[in-house]
Amino acid sequence: MKVLITHYGYIDGSGEYYIVIDSDRCSGCGKCIQKCPEKALILETEFIDLEDKIVVAVAEEYRKKIKYTCAACKPERGSTPCVLACEAKAVKCIWNPR
Amino acid sequence: MITVGMDLGTQRVKTVVLKDGAVASRGQALSGFDPTKAAEQAVDEALKVANLKLSDVAYFAATGSAMDMAPYANSTVSMMGADAKAGVYLFPKARTIIDVGAEEARAVKCGDKGIMVDFVVNERCAAGAGVFIEAMARALEVKLEDMGPLALKAERASPINASCVIFGESDVVSLIHRQEPKPEIARAVFDAMADRISSMVHRLGVNPDVVLIGGVAKDEGFVASLNRKLGLTVSIPEYPDYAGALGAALTAATRAKGAQK
Amino acid sequence: MKEQGTVKAAEFWRWQEYHRVMPKKWTSKDLITAGVDVGSVGSKAAIMVNGEAYSWGITRTGSNSPESAAKALSYALEGTELKASDLKYIVGTGYGRVNVPMANKAITEIACHAKGANYIWGPRVRTVLDVGGQDIKAIRIDETGRVVSFLMNDKCAAGTGRGMEVFADLLQIPIEDIGEISLKVEKEPEPVSCTCVAFAKTEAMGLLRKGWTKEKVLAAYTRAMAVRMANLINRVGLEKELVVTGGQSKNIGIVSRIEVILGVKCLPMPNWRDEGNLDPMVAGAFGAALFAKALYEKAQKA
Repeated sequence: MKVLITHYGYIDGSGEYYIVIDSDRCSGCGKCIQKCPEKALILETEFIDLEDKIVVAVAEEYRKKIKYTCAACKPERGSTPCVLACEAKAVKCIWNPR
Repeated sequence: MITVGMDLGTQRVKTVVLKDGAVASRGQALSGFDPTKAAEQAVDEALKVANLKLSDVAYFAATGSAMDMAPYANSTVSMMGADAKAGVYLFPKARTIIDVGAEEARAVKCGDKGIMVDFVVNERCAAGAGVFIEAMARALEVKLEDMGPLALKAERASPINASCVIFGESDVVSLIHRQEPKPEIARAVFDAMADRISSMVHRLGVNPDVVLIGGVAKDEGFVASLNRKLGLTVSIPEYPDYAGALGAALTAATRAKGAQK
Repeated sequence: MKEQGTVKAAEFWRWQEYHRVMPKKWTSKDLITAGVDVGSVGSKAAIMVNGEAYSWGITRTGSNSPESAAKALSYALEGTELKASDLKYIVGTGYGRVNVPMANKAITEIACHAKGANYIWGPRVRTVLDVGGQDIKAIRIDETGRVVSFLMNDKCAAGTGRGMEVFADLLQIPIEDIGEISLKVEKEPEPVSCTCVAFAKTEAMGLLRKGWTKEKVLAAYTRAMAVRMANLINRVGLEKELVVTGGQSKNIGIVSRIEVILGVKCLPMPNWRDEGNLDPMVAGAFGAALFAKALYEKAQKA
C-alpha cells in the first residue's frame, strides 16, 4: 500500500515531537479533528497522484509549538485522542523528550 | 532556627538566609567558571548582612542547575519544588508558578501547601529563556535594562520568529534595516517570549493565582506582554530572582525540623 | 566586524541570477509546459519540451510574489523564441501560500521538489536532504519521484545555513572555509553536547578557554550538526541513494560526516556551471513543469 507521510513538529535541543499524518490512509473523515482539545488539526487539500485530496494536517500556527500544544494529552502515555480516534490508523504521534 | 537556601543558576548564585520563617538577608555572586566559589561568596555575603556565622546555620539546601556543585549543602531541592514552596510562601493563593531564568523556564502547578503536583520545563532551547531577550537586545543595540521601557512605548509589535533565538536575531536585523521603530521591535521580542512561555503554561492549565519569579520577572516589558498573553495579571514578589533560593531555605527549615524529631 | 562577516556569508551561499537555454529545437506540435517556483529567496522558472528540460531562469524573489513569478518566467523564456502563449500548461509552486497568477494550477513545493529530484538524479535517488538558510527538509521518495515521507524543520536554527554562519562568525573563520577547516583535525572530537546554537556558542567558548583549537571546536560543532541532520534523515527513513541539496551541500565538513554517520556515499551534485548540466536549485520548477505535462495529458484524455 502506498504511503505519503508528513511529520508536523520538530526536533530541537529539548527533544523530538511530531504528529505524523499518512495522507494515503487518511480519508478526511475529520474524527481526529473533533477529538483534538487544542483545535490544532484542520482539513487541507493535498495534490496527490494528479488529484486534489482532502486530508488532515496540523494547523500552521501549532507546528513550531507542538511540544506544548500536545503535552496536555500526555503523549508519553500513548493516549493521544487524535491517534486513538483514527480508524484508518493514519495518525501517529512521536514523542521523545530528552 | 536559621537555614540557608542556595540557588546555583547558570548566570548567578543567589542565597537567602531564613530566620524563624522570615527572610533575614540575601546574597549573590556571578557563577562564572566556579559556581562553588561563587556560592561560598554569596553565602558569606548574606550571613554577614544578617550578622551570623556559618555555625549558626542549622541546615543548608541547594537548588538550581548547578546544585550538585553547592558548598555546605545538607541536601538538594528540585527547582520545581523550590519554586512551589516559595510561590505559596510569598502569595498564599498561588497555584501556578512561572519561573523564567537565564537559560531555562519552567511552570509549576501546586496546591495550597506549596507541594508541586505537576510541572513543565523548557530547557536546552534558548527560545523562551532570558538569553533570548539578551540576544535581541544586542541585535537592537539597546541595553538590556532599557528594553522594557522601550517596549512599553509601542502600541503594536513587529512580526518576529519566536521559536529560535538565531532566527529571531536575523528577523531583528532585517527589521532594523527596514527601519522599523525600535519600540515595536522591542515589544515584538517580549511578545515572542510571552507567547512561548504562555504556551508552556497552558499545557499545565492556568490556575490563579499566577506568580512570576526568576530574573526575567524584573523586566516590565516582559511582564506587560505576559499579562496580555495570559489575559490576567501575574503576581510578582519584590525579589523575584531570589525565589528559588527562598524555596530552598524554606525546604531546609522543614527538613531540619524533621531531622530534629 | 559583524556586518562584514554577514556580507561575506551571504556571498558564499549566494547564487547568481542567470538563465540558460539548452540546445534543442521545438515545434508547435511539442507539448511545452512550464513550472514556476517562488521561493523565499529565489524564484525559478523552467520550461520543458515533452518533459525534457529546455530552458530555465533564476532571479531574486522581490517583495511581491506575482511579480517575482512573472520575472522568473520571462527570464526562462528569454532566448527561446517562445511566447508565454506557447506554454500549454503552467504549474506554480513555492514557499507558503504563494501566488503565481499565470499558473493553471498550484502544487505544494515538496511534491514538486521530489519530482524534480527524480528528474535530475534519476530513479536511483530515494532520499533528499535539503539544507537551506533557515530550514532543513528531509524527503523520502519512490522511484517515480512520489513523496513517501517528509519532514521540515524551520523551528530550530541548528544545522541551517544561518546556524553555521553564527558559528563561523564566532570562530572568525570565513564561511567558505568552514567545511575544510572542520576536517583539519587528527582525531574527530566528541560532538558538542548542545544542539541549540545559542548554547553551543557558550559551550564553544568554554572549550576554547580549555585550550581547544578553533579547528577542533569547529569539528565538534560540525559533528553535532551532522548528527542532527542524520537524525532527520533517519526519521523519514534512509534509503539509498542519498543526495544533499541546498547551501550546506557545499559544506564538505557536513556532507562527509553525514556519510560517515549513515554509512552511505551521497550522490554528487551536478555543477550548473557546466553547459549541459541541470541545476539542482531549479528542481522545484522542473517538478512543477513535469506535473504540468501530466495534468495537460490527463485533461486531454478526459
